[in-house]
Amino acid sequence: MSVIRSPLPGTFYHKPAPDLPPFKAEGDPVAVGDVIGLVEVMKSFMEVKAEVAGTVVRFLVDNEAPVTAGAVLVELAD
Amino acid sequence: MTFKVINPGLLTTIQDLGRPGYFHLGIPISGAMDRFALRAANLLVGNDEGAAGLEAVFMGPLLEFEVDAMVAVTGAILPPRVDGEEQPLWTAFPIKAGQSLTFDYLKGGARAYIAISGGIATKPHLGSRSTYPIGSLGGFDGRPLATGDMVPLGEGKTVKAGRTVAEALRRGPGSPAELRVLPGLYWHLITERAGKAFFDDEWKVAPEADRMGVRFRGGQPIEFAPREQPFGAGSDPSNIVDGCYSYGSIQVPGGSEPIVLHRDAVSGGGYFTLGAVVSADMDLIGQLQPHTPTRFVRVTLEEALTARRDRAALLARIREDLS
Repeated sequence: MSVIRSPLPGTFYHKPAPDLPPFKAEGDPVAVGDVIGLVEVMKSFMEVKAEVAGTVVRFLVDNEAPVTAGAVLVELAD
Repeated sequence: MTFKVINPGLLTTIQDLGRPGYFHLGIPISGAMDRFALRAANLLVGNDEGAAGLEAVFMGPLLEFEVDAMVAVTGAILPPRVDGEEQPLWTAFPIKAGQSLTFDYLKGGARAYIAISGGIATKPHLGSRSTYPIGSLGGFDGRPLATGDMVPLGEGKTVKAGRTVAEALRRGPGSPAELRVLPGLYWHLITERAGKAFFDDEWKVAPEADRMGVRFRGGQPIEFAPREQPFGAGSDPSNIVDGCYSYGSIQVPGGSEPIVLHRDAVSGGGYFTLGAVVSADMDLIGQLQPHTPTRFVRVTLEEALTARRDRAALLARIREDLS
């Protein structure tokens, strides 16, 4: 089991845009470098990229919820 | 004598104490948002208080040093590491040529100040090395640091590693944060009820807060006293016939979300201002994370001046401890 953390505080988004599907859903495979969500802060959106590969077990932060730096966003199974 | 930027982090800029004297021309004062933290960092590494250092927001950069230097990190709780080994905050620590400076996740506050012995030695513009990115002025080519930049350093004095600012003299924001406010010239434009609600309500820092202004939401909208809008003021009751904005002044466009103007703000415009955050609390604003609950506390001019003196006394104690 590994995790992906938010690199910075802000607002977390599961989707690239409100009318588009989420980047990843539970059960989806994740490769190194895949975008798993966006964090919005200071009028800009930063892509959160996976640094390890795995399969999405679950998201720990809801879409459009506030996050702190270092907060676990996603759990991955090996 | 340089360091190399391997990864700039989210937004890392060169800042000193700012560029006063040009605000009347529309050129903002710029400089560190938490000047107290920058001064302390510079004193720790033996620099002049006003030497240029780095302001890193929410995320630290990855820097590779090409020269031996002394470094201090103050302000936000963004723990530094030299070649992976954790270093204390608010304390001078050595780094050797060839070593890397990295940072852990942010654990509190918003902006870390990184002072390096000798100070950053880019060319000053209009008397300051501060970066004003919108105007492409100062800093490193007028922009935030980018991967591959070789940043020049000045000649440092020799200071001992381990010099530290006592914990009781360090400052960061609380949560909830409290910002002291002196009501201003346009206070009569809002109703008594709205004035009371502004101070009673709990606000939250909006994620779009930046070096120009810090926006708050969550409180009740401002209710304006009925008046006929003067010629040239436009129809929105939050509009006036243009005025000067001071550092710290609070505008409320449309009456909905207060914005406290900070170091890179414009110098004037057509929004009324509620008043201003007192100078002693402006550094704290630089350390507010998005979503931090915040209250505005009404003070008198006398209380504001006392707060300013207390802040100056705190800095004087740090100077004395490190002299």
